[in-house]
Amino acid sequence: MFWEPKIETMPVEDLHRMQYKLLKSLVYRLYSFSEFYHRRMEDAGVHPDDIRMLSDVKKLPFMFKRDLRDNYPDKIFTATPEELVRYHVSSGTTGKPTVVGYTANDLESWTVSLARALTSIGLTSRDVVQVSYGYGLFTGGLGLHYGAERIGATVIPTSVGNTERQIELMQDLRATAICCTPSYMLHMGEVAEKMGISLQKDTQLRVGVLGAEPWSERMRTRMQEDLGIRAYDIYGTSELSGPLFTECTEQKGFHVWGDFALTEIVDPQTGEPVAPGEKGELTMTILKKEALPMVRFRIGDVTSMDEEVCACGRTHPRVMRITGRVDDMLIIRGINVFPSQIEHALMSIPQVGKHFMIEVDRKMELDTLLVRVEVAPEAFSDKITDLMNLKAMVAGKLRSVLNVNADVELAEPGTLPRFEGKAKRVIDRRKL
Amino acid sequence: MDTEDYVIRQISVFSENRPGRLAAMAKALEEEKVNILAFSIAEAGEFGVVRALVDQPEKAYKKLSSLGFVVSFTEVIGVRMRDEPGGLYEVARILGEAKINIEYSYAYSGKEMAVLILRVDNTREAIKQIRAHGGEMARIPSR
Repeated sequence: MFWEPKIETMPVEDLHRMQYKLLKSLVYRLYSFSEFYHRRMEDAGVHPDDIRMLSDVKKLPFMFKRDLRDNYPDKIFTATPEELVRYHVSSGTTGKPTVVGYTANDLESWTVSLARALTSIGLTSRDVVQVSYGYGLFTGGLGLHYGAERIGATVIPTSVGNTERQIELMQDLRATAICCTPSYMLHMGEVAEKMGISLQKDTQLRVGVLGAEPWSERMRTRMQEDLGIRAYDIYGTSELSGPLFTECTEQKGFHVWGDFALTEIVDPQTGEPVAPGEKGELTMTILKKEALPMVRFRIGDVTSMDEEVCACGRTHPRVMRITGRVDDMLIIRGINVFPSQIEHALMSIPQVGKHFMIEVDRKMELDTLLVRVEVAPEAFSDKITDLMNLKAMVAGKLRSVLNVNADVELAEPGTLPRFEGKAKRVIDRRKL
Repeated sequence: MDTEDYVIRQISVFSENRPGRLAAMAKALEEEKVNILAFSIAEAGEFGVVRALVDQPEKAYKKLSSLGFVVSFTEVIGVRMRDEPGGLYEVARILGEAKINIEYSYAYSGKEMAVLILRVDNTREAIKQIRAHGGEMARIPSR
């Protein structure tokens, strides 16, 4: 099922041509009318005339989250007060909040992007969509609200909280899909169980549109099996408008609509494009954005991209599940290592708990990576060789995932630090 | 006496190799009035395994577990040794000839006798072999 079949399945060459035209006009517009972008381009020694093909996008300077913070609240907006129709504000875990403004056209592109996405996971006007993302300054609630309404689905705007009532409404109004964070989905499943309700047997729920926080394939499998839903990843950030893209029914990365955004994956260190399929920092240029244009915005999320035509027939590139944040990245002996990779590897080893610490040091000019894990009580063997084998197994697994050697230490259960909220699992003792 | 009567339940405790861990364990056992009959530490870098024969293994297990220690029971056997040259050889020879492998071992020399504590790959067979070849098993009640 397609929302706009012609655009969603257009030949790749045509899509690239379209992207080039949109990029070119965006750059001319910004160079002419935005002081901020004009100066940025001059500093980078690039003129709109230098953009002669799509790949010339790499000549343009990057934008970072700090550009929005530094220009709080609206110094780099390129729309007049008459044109602006809405603000969203992101809380910003570090520093000042950021404000995003929208023109009517901005809201329209956002809504269309989600209409295509929701259609791609099989939702139609017959569906009842419960939107359990927060409504308000956060983009999740209102974004999905309008996206779901656009395809003609019936929206239950429950927002977050009051889980028992949410579950009652889900039953009574026969919700078939829910939009929320993956952790809230799991929480809902647990609360329902306590109420004596099986989401699988006692509700019509068949689809979860889950995002706004990182989650894993393991969680997907668990939710699909335990809750009887198809769980889809949704992606977006407030700077880009809000939640924008989802996976299609193939569940192999989210489709980024090429007529809306130009996607690059760059090396977080050098800013150079990575080889096709390699991991790097997700960087997007929103080709259709009026109030707050984003050019080569370095999102800070780590992932890879697949430009092959999808089995669903859509030609627009797919971005894989986010595996970490650039801010967390460690460089060990020249190799990029993300704590999330270590976490994923450890999650597949039941003999060690899910708590861990990473210690980085430099000895004799050589980086050392130490991963401390807790021995699960069930895995404890009185034989030293068994414990040494366990260590070697964990080290081997880490090596195969990270491509760098890690030392492993076994700790007593309950002794490694526990974190509420953002975990600080990395101790970097290198003095560079 | 039955073979089963000679199977001793040893408690094994996983411990990080840092100051105070052994003291914490010993204190806990003292509080529970558990007496340690024999004891060894195997160390492997950042961690070690403390193995002990105690007079009340169940009580020791509960107490140590409640303090967050990882504890398990392991079956071992005790063999009385002549406290003179050749004592160890006698025992080791019997097991060697019976193709029973010793995984680890420690000994204590008590008031009345020297006892060799053995963890072997076939506990019951070891008991049978030792008894059949004139060895004397130590019976340490540990139920």
